[in-house]
Amino acid sequence: MLEYWRSTVGKKQFVAVTGAILVGYLILHMLGNLNSAFGPGADEARVDWYAHWLRTFGEPLLPRETILWVVRVVLLGALIVHITGIAQLVKRNREARPANFPAKRIGRSVESMAMLGTGILLLAFIIFHILQFTTLSIHVTPVEEGAVYANLYWVFQKWYFLAIYLAALVLVGMHLRHGIWSLFQTLGLDNPSRNQKLRHGATALVVILVIGFGSVPVLFFTDVLDPPREVALATILSGVFT
Amino acid sequence: MNFTLEIWRQFDGSDEEDKGRFETFKVTDIDPDASILEMLDQLNERLSREKKRNIAFDSDCREGICGTCALVIDGTPHGPQQVTSCQTYMRDFIDGQTITIEPFRASTFPVVRDLAVDRGALDRVIQAGGYISTTTGPQPDPNAMPVAPEVQEKAMDAAICIGCGACVAACPNGAAMLFTGAKVTHLNVLPQGQPERESRVVGMVEQMDAEGFGGCTNYGECSRVCPQEISIDVIGMLNREYRKAKTKRKPKTEKAMSTQ
Ligand code: HEM
Ligand code: SF4
Ligand code: FES
Repeated sequence: MLEYWRSTVGKKQFVAVTGAILVGYLILHMLGNLNSAFGPGADEARVDWYAHWLRTFGEPLLPRETILWVVRVVLLGALIVHITGIAQLVKRNREARPANFPAKRIGRSVESMAMLGTGILLLAFIIFHILQFTTLSIHVTPVEEGAVYANLYWVFQKWYFLAIYLAALVLVGMHLRHGIWSLFQTLGLDNPSRNQKLRHGATALVVILVIGFGSVPVLFFTDVLDPPREVALATILSGVFT
Repeated sequence: MNFTLEIWRQFDGSDEEDKGRFETFKVTDIDPDASILEMLDQLNERLSREKKRNIAFDSDCREGICGTCALVIDGTPHGPQQVTSCQTYMRDFIDGQTITIEPFRASTFPVVRDLAVDRGALDRVIQAGGYISTTTGPQPDPNAMPVAPEVQEKAMDAAICIGCGACVAACPNGAAMLFTGAKVTHLNVLPQGQPERESRVVGMVEQMDAEGFGGCTNYGECSRVCPQEISIDVIGMLNREYRKAKTKRKPKTEKAMSTQ
């Protein structure tokens, strides 16, 4: 296994497998997010219920949050392998080219050239995103443990947060438009007759991901989604008292 | 036709550490049907008459089949036509234009002099697995090893690689994956190549790494300069063969033997 990791071809295959794990997670994450589109609900927002379900999944067989932590550890591990592999490969690739003589661009795609850049920006975004919605450490807007719908609502009232999240989606889209096709090639899962379909498939999946993820913040910002229930209640109450 | 040439000069013998530089030449009255190598021949004759050092460059067959010629023309290995350098003709350029001529650029291809580079690294990759074992002695029965036409076609599409190294020179990572992929595909799909199927791909990949070639990021530039139009499908094949060779569970006996 160590030999496998040491070779350039093998290392890239680790990058591809971990990339595939991350993409698999992104698809589930997107589907999960779409729960917010059901609005604040009559007594509990569907996304709050969903977040609760994620934490209690497997109970009483498993302790609370077991599955959640398993997923977190797997993702962190995958990300670490992905980035370590890439860092080592980038170093090797640079050394294989004489300094000051970059290869002329003949036909490589913009996305493929930008992989390192989009990857690094994605890492920055992932850290920011976890600070905002998981550890709830960014207090620009009101955040509260367990109140997922309300947290989302307040964050996406701010145009600059909307802009950050949409920009991150452009990065994800660029990274994966090359990445998803590339991983099939890297693992040797392609074959000549499928190649073109894989390219189009990668683009299609990217479009679905970007629209799926992007719709939620946009729906909040444009007030298509109602404010969280407490607010609704507060406005009704204030109406009663004035 | 008349051209201004920017030609890379390096190692005139006076300085071991010579980092190289471009030198400008003007050539006049060039036949449009001369190849770029013939144009360099004419220039060299003139330099000889002027008692100046000739421009060193590689060539052999001059008919596009040996893979010896290796010029980077206007930034593109083998020039704009996706044919070998020797098959690039002056009619493909605009009269009066400036043409930049450089050696193939890769850390694994050290410059010998001017436009000639040492591509021995590719030979060593071949030595690490680009062969088959065959018995000598009586002629085998021609029908003993049937090869389906599709398999034959796939093998031949890969076997036409002439080993020129343009793919390495075009690759932003200096990778030799198209070359090695072509060799692995050629031999691994044929029945004659089966005995060394796994050791071949593992050995060649190890040698690529030992030589310092970079890794593949699936840019696809290699295939766009390859004079033989080898497709990056051979890289998928190499990746697949390598993965299979590395993830296959070894039978117990083999394991015991390898630990002895
Ligand atoms: C967080 C920092 C990240 C960095 C620095 C990074 C960087 C890279 C780089 C440089 C490549 C190489 C592309 C190539 O050479 O073809 C790559 C490939 C890839 N990345 Fe990332 N990435 C990051 C995060 C992610 C994430 C979050 C995902 C998934 C959602 C992902 C999915 C992929 C995929 C699928 C590939 C293709 C593997 C292949 O080429 O075979 N990456 N990444
Ligand atoms: S794959 Fe094409 S470019 Fe590379 S060495 Fe073979 S013939 Fe030359
Ligand atoms: S000299 Fe033989 S291919 Fe160009």
